[in-house]
Amino acid sequence: MDWESSDTSASDGVASDTIAAPRRGPRKEDVLPASVTAAVKIVIVGGFGVGKTTLVGSVSEIRPLRTEETMTQAGVGVDDTLGVEEKVTTTVAMDFGRISLNDRLVLYLFGTPGQQRFWFLWRGLFDGALGAVVLVDTRRLEVSFDVIGQLEERQVPFVVANNAFPGAPRHAAEELRAALDLPQHVPIVDCDARQRASSRDVLMKLMHYLHDLALTPERL
Amino acid sequence: MREPDEGVEEEGTPDRLYAVTGGRTQASRDAGLDLVSLIVSRQEPRPGMPPEHADILRLCGNPTSIAEISSYLALPFSAVTVLLADLVERDQVEVRAPLPAAHRRNTTLIKEVMDGLGKL
Repeated sequence: MDWESSDTSASDGVASDTIAAPRRGPRKEDVLPASVTAAVKIVIVGGFGVGKTTLVGSVSEIRPLRTEETMTQAGVGVDDTLGVEEKVTTTVAMDFGRISLNDRLVLYLFGTPGQQRFWFLWRGLFDGALGAVVLVDTRRLEVSFDVIGQLEERQVPFVVANNAFPGAPRHAAEELRAALDLPQHVPIVDCDARQRASSRDVLMKLMHYLHDLALTPERL
Repeated sequence: MREPDEGVEEEGTPDRLYAVTGGRTQASRDAGLDLVSLIVSRQEPRPGMPPEHADILRLCGNPTSIAEISSYLALPFSAVTVLLADLVERDQVEVRAPLPAAHRRNTTLIKEVMDGLGKL
């Protein structure tokens, strides 16, 4: 968006009470009530094109929004003798949605790429999350290995959801468990990320799993 | 729907962001802000205020997550946290912190989430 336009309201000499409304903001029905005191988050993680944003969009009460972060990396072919570091800046985006759970509590869902180099851009993305959903595409299971290893290492509870793409090989849950080398207690569910009820059931599965873990903490 | 993956990595415009945050970076000012920290304005925007500060105050009349602020103002998360650190310091906004990960073991909260999801 043209954020520079936001300069105009304050700089063109208008009276104090006529500062223009922002050009972008939530629709009236998307504004959270003042009674909301806290938020929780769940991260949907998976490879490119696996349907993360579709899942987020199917259960979100708002049209999915996008937050961005910039990532600075050392450029290639830097000549150290000049003492000048070349930097390459890229923008990485993450789509998210929102579910008001009650008048005090709101849940945010973030869809993030599987590459962990992105995870550090948004501080606390996983560490502060209730849990994660690893969305897998059985046509490209290999993408999920690294993600699952990372979540286990960080002790982030997760469920695996198999987004049933037309034409994808059908895997029984136990075949998938073996292929992904998942511990017996990690739930695996089939889903259709386009369907609200199906996506909601995936989130519900994660919450049931968290509930079980809370009662048997030695598993975590 | 388009996925925000490798496909949307693009050339950034660091100079512009540098200007917005007065050259400060996230590392220099850390108010412990999270993507889902909820921000609520404590005052109306005033004339003469930096426009980005005014935008945030205008946007956050009701609780608004930092992720939403970033999205609506088209600013990166880290730039928003730097701007918010100023507003927090001057007591111009209230921050409602997210529930920490310890709540993964809080069965009351877990049931609250389940009840909310059940209404979908």
